[in-house]
Amino acid sequence: MSAGARRALVMPARALLRQWRAALLLATLIGIWELYVDLGGADPLILPAPHAVAASMYDDRGLLWSNFLVTAEEVLLGILVAAVTALALATAMHFFVTIRRAVYPLLIASQTIPIPMLAPVLVLWLGFGILPKLIVIALVSFFSIVITTLAGFASVDPELLKLVRTFDMSRRRAFFSIELPTALPGVFTGAKIAVIVAVIGAVFAEQAGSNSGLGYVFTQALPQLLTARAFAAVVILSLFAIALFCALTLAERLTVPWAHSTGTELGETDR
Amino acid sequence: MIETPLQASRALGADRAGHSEQAAAPVEIDRVSRTFRRGRRPAVQALADVSLRAGAGEIVAVVGPSGCGKSTLLELICGLQRPDTGTVRCAPAALMPQRDLLLPWASALDNAALALRAAGVGRDRSRQLARPWLERFGLAEFERARPAELSGGMRQRVSFLRSLLAGKPVLALDEPFASLDAITRAEMQGWLDHALTAEPRTVVLVTHDVEEAVLLGDRVVVLSGRPGRVVACIEVALARPRRRADPTVVALRERVLSSLGVGG
Repeated sequence: MSAGARRALVMPARALLRQWRAALLLATLIGIWELYVDLGGADPLILPAPHAVAASMYDDRGLLWSNFLVTAEEVLLGILVAAVTALALATAMHFFVTIRRAVYPLLIASQTIPIPMLAPVLVLWLGFGILPKLIVIALVSFFSIVITTLAGFASVDPELLKLVRTFDMSRRRAFFSIELPTALPGVFTGAKIAVIVAVIGAVFAEQAGSNSGLGYVFTQALPQLLTARAFAAVVILSLFAIALFCALTLAERLTVPWAHSTGTELGETDR
Repeated sequence: MIETPLQASRALGADRAGHSEQAAAPVEIDRVSRTFRRGRRPAVQALADVSLRAGAGEIVAVVGPSGCGKSTLLELICGLQRPDTGTVRCAPAALMPQRDLLLPWASALDNAALALRAAGVGRDRSRQLARPWLERFGLAEFERARPAELSGGMRQRVSFLRSLLAGKPVLALDEPFASLDAITRAEMQGWLDHALTAEPRTVVLVTHDVEEAVLLGDRVVVLSGRPGRVVACIEVALARPRRRADPTVVALRERVLSSLGVGG
């Protein structure tokens, strides 16, 4: 176990070192961007140069940090709500065909609701507090978890369920000791997708009505032509999403190591 | 000559049957038919008028071509299906599937103990109970290994042990070695013969492999192609362990093959 845990911790570190290609590409793109703005390709008030964004990140660090904490709290709590709702719903849909048939169309419909339309309604209804943000974040991010968890449940070998019936295993125990562990890698896949859209959801929710958060900073900065600050907020949101994604990858390695015993690297498929 | 536990148990079974005509055998299948209907597709008859009996401690091998309803037969024995006509009277039976179906996240020990956990035995206690069996079956050093770290033969041994520890009087083995290479399969056949000698059970062994049927079975029941009907029932009254080069074994194998309509 300890060897496995150590390997689970060391491998992502190695995988990160192996991300030099990503670093190289990123540096090239930033370089092109910088040159384009510096050579007068765009008005710095509309498209700030990377060095201006970096400067804003430093100059506005107090503002960005305090608002980041607000958004981070919303996103983390929102994902928690999404995960709990999604697992409960997927389990209910897995056990009861009636629920599955009844809920599935609504589930898909829920994802077609334009968030810029829904978010202001929620703000009018529930106020400027955290509740409407949690609802928006949970709404945009629970779907992927439900779908991948259901797929995980469906991937349980029916022969295995027949086998344990001959051992007189109860339905309840079969769920907890067979179906749930089998679905766990799927839950993680869904959660990884969920954290990315959760960050977008948080920005929409904050734009609709709030007095703090990176989405609020973004919304306030643009009309004042503080575009570098707006870009800085976006960069921080991106870094946050990447960090959440990596944290989930690590948690997945520690929780479901059997799904990775073939040596698949972070973000890479088998070669 | 010293009697092995298996022979003793068989003698006991025969004895019991002798004393009382009513004493039911662990497996009694009487004129069973089973047809599957799926939507608008034509009905498929898997079994037609099949009868089969296995006395206590007997190993009955069932051979037949693909699609002769062998798996259906085992599911009837395990109570996973009911016959359309005829009767199935069986003592509780545990299945051993063709693919090992071990839980990839669990150690060999925990996989072997799955049936104990199913019966509500606690984790520690079930490990305690399963451990000596892993030792007996030559898997002691692999008790912590996950299935991915085990060879095909070892996985089948863990799978067999898991079904054995269900503690049911009947074992229904569904082509247990079909997925193994020829050398490992030969080893595992010897191993299973030995294991069942040490730990006798009433066994219904379904197989494609005619030689396996003759090497392991006390009786070989030959089924026809779909729908499965019993076309022959051949007694194999040979001492164990049997050798595949033994002329009697070879002759019996030819008999089974010819009743399948092959070779000759």
